[in-house]
Amino acid sequence: MNMLRKIAPVFGTLAILTLQATSAEPEKAQGLAPYFTPATAAPKAPDTDGFIQRWLLLEPIKKPNRGNTVFTDTYVRDTFNAEYFPNQFTVIPHDGDKVTVAGDELAWHALDSSLYNVKLFRFASGLDKTTYGVIFWAVTVVDSPREMQNVRLAVGSNSASMWWLNGKEAVDLFGDRRMVMDDCVSKRITLNKGRNVIRGAVINGPGMSDFCVRFIDENGQPIKDLTVSLDNAGK
Amino acid sequence: MKSPILAAAIPSLLLLCSSNPAMALDGEPYIHDPSTVMPCDGKYFTFGTGGGGLMSDDGWIWHSGAVRPGGGAAPDVIKIGDRFLMAYGATGGGLGGGHNGRILTMWNKTLDPASPDFKFSDAVVVASTDGLEDCDAIDPSFLLDPTDGRLWLTYGTYFGFIRIVELDPKTGTRIEGNQPINIAIDCEASDLIYRDGWYYLLGTHGTCCDGANSTYNIRVGRSKKPTGPFVDNLGNDMIKGGGKLVVAASGRFVGPGHFGRMVLGDDVEKFSCHYEADLDRSARSVLDIRPLLWKDGWPVAGDNFKEGTYQIQSEGSGYALELAVDFVRMAGRGGGGGFGGRGGPGGRNGTNAPGGTNAPGRGGFGGGFGGRGPTGPVAPVAAQTLAEDSTNWPAGNLDLRLGDFMFRPHQTWTIAAVTNTGYLGSPYFKITITGTDRALAASEDAEVVTVPAFTGQPEQLWRIDQLIDGTYRIMPKVVPNSKEPLALTAVGYSTPTLTKFDPKTAKSRWNLKTP
Repeated sequence: MNMLRKIAPVFGTLAILTLQATSAEPEKAQGLAPYFTPATAAPKAPDTDGFIQRWLLLEPIKKPNRGNTVFTDTYVRDTFNAEYFPNQFTVIPHDGDKVTVAGDELAWHALDSSLYNVKLFRFASGLDKTTYGVIFWAVTVVDSPREMQNVRLAVGSNSASMWWLNGKEAVDLFGDRRMVMDDCVSKRITLNKGRNVIRGAVINGPGMSDFCVRFIDENGQPIKDLTVSLDNAGK
Repeated sequence: MKSPILAAAIPSLLLLCSSNPAMALDGEPYIHDPSTVMPCDGKYFTFGTGGGGLMSDDGWIWHSGAVRPGGGAAPDVIKIGDRFLMAYGATGGGLGGGHNGRILTMWNKTLDPASPDFKFSDAVVVASTDGLEDCDAIDPSFLLDPTDGRLWLTYGTYFGFIRIVELDPKTGTRIEGNQPINIAIDCEASDLIYRDGWYYLLGTHGTCCDGANSTYNIRVGRSKKPTGPFVDNLGNDMIKGGGKLVVAASGRFVGPGHFGRMVLGDDVEKFSCHYEADLDRSARSVLDIRPLLWKDGWPVAGDNFKEGTYQIQSEGSGYALELAVDFVRMAGRGGGGGFGGRGGPGGRNGTNAPGGTNAPGRGGFGGGFGGRGPTGPVAPVAAQTLAEDSTNWPAGNLDLRLGDFMFRPHQTWTIAAVTNTGYLGSPYFKITITGTDRALAASEDAEVVTVPAFTGQPEQLWRIDQLIDGTYRIMPKVVPNSKEPLALTAVGYSTPTLTKFDPKTAKSRWNLKTP
């Protein structure tokens, strides 16, 4: 925390300047630095280990839970299958788009994570949003230069999460989970040539929410020749 | 060997075929002094004292039928190029007369007597003893040195020394001028093997040929040279009687002897031997094939897999193979005096922020964790039952995953032999959730699932091989739509799948632990 307070004023100016353009920044924001920077219009490759760092993140939906032991398969599946906003399984939002969930107006943010993982706790706290007892939705669009068969979507999340690729459920992480890279991995799937949509939902009670996502090949090696472009990012 | 007993009797003996998986091998595996088990033309062969031997289509169910001329005792076989070289002792180690032994070698293109190519060359003497010297030329064994292609033959029994001579790998005859070297004493059934810069001399100690009272046991020393000195783990030379134990009597099997190593690749090694007595088979001498492990540079006998109830633990992640079903909480909230107090809404497991500072939220856990805990007398907590755990299990096929190792019913498996089919040294197994018929199976997309009931389909049969480090490789007999063998593998930390076995990683290695 101390470090954040030291750094926040430095990036805070930049963040405010940038986010003013998106009109998504609450007035009391602590700032998203050093964990996030606004996504730009230029395509972004995964990091050196193949982790996807560019995401559209929806401000947290309140879902109070005192603990995470309730995150059974059934609970998580039922919770994510409930409708929170229109077209939640199909929409590809734009930076600054807003939805209303249970009376709360929530905005989508197009961001690049500074780290291999996406620290949702910092996303929420940086925007002065609820950090515990929350659901986060994340969307990104991956461009593949060719069709890739027998790849796997590899995810780690804190806590439970579900992930869909091109509208199909791909990976589930149930239970009270720590974020471990490549914790749960999809069955063999095909990445389409061109655009592929990854959608995820993460739920957490108390604790630091985050996730990391990458594709791995048949040999478990990261797939890095991909790019991520979010419509209207960096406008 | 000290006695050639059984030699004449073995071929004529027939017992009922048993399906008891506790037995060494299925079928009629009756043999004494077997040669190293050798694959040929899709079958397996071993040859014993007295002529003839055993053969098997799958390595699990054995019967007589192998053919070897020459009589005598304790042959060995090695494949060199596309031919098989066989050695045998023409005599019987003193019980049939004196100690003027002779070792002979002969070639054959195949070991299968049904093959049109089956024809042994004339046998030639490659080593002999005169009956007076401190050696009796019986119990031969080959090593084709992988480092330089030289062919070595060891032989001998308790009558003096174990000796080594060099043969010509092209002819199977003795290298001209080669003189035998004494390398061990007071053992028999020697076998020379090579691994990672070491030559290992295995020899059988103890009393042969006394049924259930035989004390046969296999021991080893090692050397940097094929000609010794072979020193055991205590620093004692085998020429002075040293030898580290590899395998002795265990379970219902007494008197292992006549070691023969099989390197099957992918860190799977096995060894063949006979037991002087199988107590479940009238104390008769039987063939066995067991896993061979390596520990601190020494060979160690693994155990044939025993049926039972296990948890299947990933060597990579430490997680347990489990049904992908809801975790059902059990009784036992625990608590302990003075730990944590009432707790607060603090975080659970904060990850580090950049720069190394811990994130907030390391404080107390929610209420109910700490405090004084339950009051009243301390009492055992009943384990979770299958009925409690399975209340909401869906019907139909269920996916699998790797979950926290918790010895819960949804991660407890019964592994039972299916004895009418097998592979080298073992039957296939069915693997079911304990207390149910829900069976582990390979799916058409090369993943693993459970099916509601075991039907005996080949994709529900599993091969379990103990690897040289003691962990296990677990493979379905068949993967639908796949032509290559695949093994149960952890991809990532928590996801099981089927992939080609990779011995370089822990991902395809499993521990089988009793709950």
